[in-house]
Amino acid sequence: MDDFLIRAALAGIGLSIATGPLGAFVVWRRMAYFGDAVAHAAILGVAVALAFSMSVLIGTLVVALGVGLAASTLTARGRSMDTTLGVLAHSALALGLVAISFVRGVRVDLNGFLFGDILTVNAGNLVMIWGGALVVAALLIWRWSALLTATLNEDLAASAGIDPRRERLVLTLAMALVVALSLKIVGALLIGAMLIVPAAAARGFARTPETMALLAVGFGMLAAVGGVWASALADTPAGPSIVVAAALIYLVSLVAGHSGD
Amino acid sequence: MNLISASNLTVGYGAAPVLTHVNFIISKGEIVTLIGPNGSGKSTLIRTLLGVIRPTSGRVVRADNLSIGYVPQKLSIDGSLPMTVSRFLSLPQRRAPADVAEITARVGAAGLSDRQMVSLSGGQFQRVLLARALLMRPDILVLDEPTQGLDQPGVASFYRLIEDIRGELGCAILLVSHDLHVVMSTSDRVICLNGHVCCEGSPQVVSEAPEYRALFGVGTGGALALYRHEHDHDHEGHEHGGHHHG
Repeated sequence: MDDFLIRAALAGIGLSIATGPLGAFVVWRRMAYFGDAVAHAAILGVAVALAFSMSVLIGTLVVALGVGLAASTLTARGRSMDTTLGVLAHSALALGLVAISFVRGVRVDLNGFLFGDILTVNAGNLVMIWGGALVVAALLIWRWSALLTATLNEDLAASAGIDPRRERLVLTLAMALVVALSLKIVGALLIGAMLIVPAAAARGFARTPETMALLAVGFGMLAAVGGVWASALADTPAGPSIVVAAALIYLVSLVAGHSGD
Repeated sequence: MNLISASNLTVGYGAAPVLTHVNFIISKGEIVTLIGPNGSGKSTLIRTLLGVIRPTSGRVVRADNLSIGYVPQKLSIDGSLPMTVSRFLSLPQRRAPADVAEITARVGAAGLSDRQMVSLSGGQFQRVLLARALLMRPDILVLDEPTQGLDQPGVASFYRLIEDIRGELGCAILLVSHDLHVVMSTSDRVICLNGHVCCEGSPQVVSEAPEYRALFGVGTGGALALYRHEHDHDHEGHEHGGHHHG
């Protein structure tokens, strides 16, 4: 097997350590649109990074965090979030695409930012992806019990001395980190899929929140390896192939899973 | 010793705040019942006392390291979140299996530990919520209309259980309820709320207060009778206090 394929698979495997548990929270808290808003903001982050000659990672992280905080504040005020987040998600994407067209003198592989460029992952990228994913996973494990209680019921959490607002911030921070890390792997348009699809597939086999998060990690890894392998075999784009593989796992879970008792 | 005290609470903005100038105190071991019609701000007051809602003005003081066992009015668990009874009972902290076994047996929820929360009946669900609250080793048990969705015998046995448990643990209880006839007799103090504190005092004082009668009518005669064994104040129709939700 070629080195670049192994690096690609390792990148996907590493990312799944973060997207598994975070994706579980996205599903439980119905934050899919929130995830899209933050992910699409990454394109705006790319534009900002290019304009100010920063690293793309830092640019996307900062902008994703900003949009995440804005979206989280709006959610806390109890507005009709579906529409507001939809506006935010699509405007961030469109604004990013427009902004990138203004950045002169840089040849931009827009396709790579939108759909990922996992086959060009180098050793440095790998270290960053694994390091970042482990940080996100550690953050979620550290806050796990508080996050889970706040997800179940905010009043119940508050009565036990947990501040639901703080836990929302933890998730927003984790989301921004994951978006910045995933941009290279699946691209801004498919980050949401990497969060939701493996977690949704895990639901069918899980009886506790912890098993669901762990299974989501496993399914994410399986999808990454399967997608990279299929893309090498059939010469298909790698990022979308990973998501297709995840979707197939989801389909299997619908048939084989128990869902509930 | 005050477990929770609130002074001059106002919650909400504009011309019609949900709560205005509410003072509240609950002491160690006390049973306080909060009653009030629909939309009177009962749940808002509870959520402010718990710290979920920040008051517009006034302040809430909770005793240091206060352990609150909270039984919410409604807990809907999203279908996407798998949750067994035993996992739920260990939220937010892990509990020793021996403690879990003892408490679940005490509240009549033994043998449910492997069931999914969403598969429980209304009565089983309430008992599991109560068990989780008791596992907090609470200084105060906060019950927000804990008998919604239970049938009459279910309501009666639930309150009997609460009374027994209080006798054993000696924790304070803050109860929101519309089941006036059942709860008032066991309360040390009743607070009648309608955006502000209408009247407050022993069950007898409150049931005779004109403010209380204006809110609930004396048509609760049948209900109060259980408490006071009187049937002779039945002259304003028959709206039953039990129709008030929320």
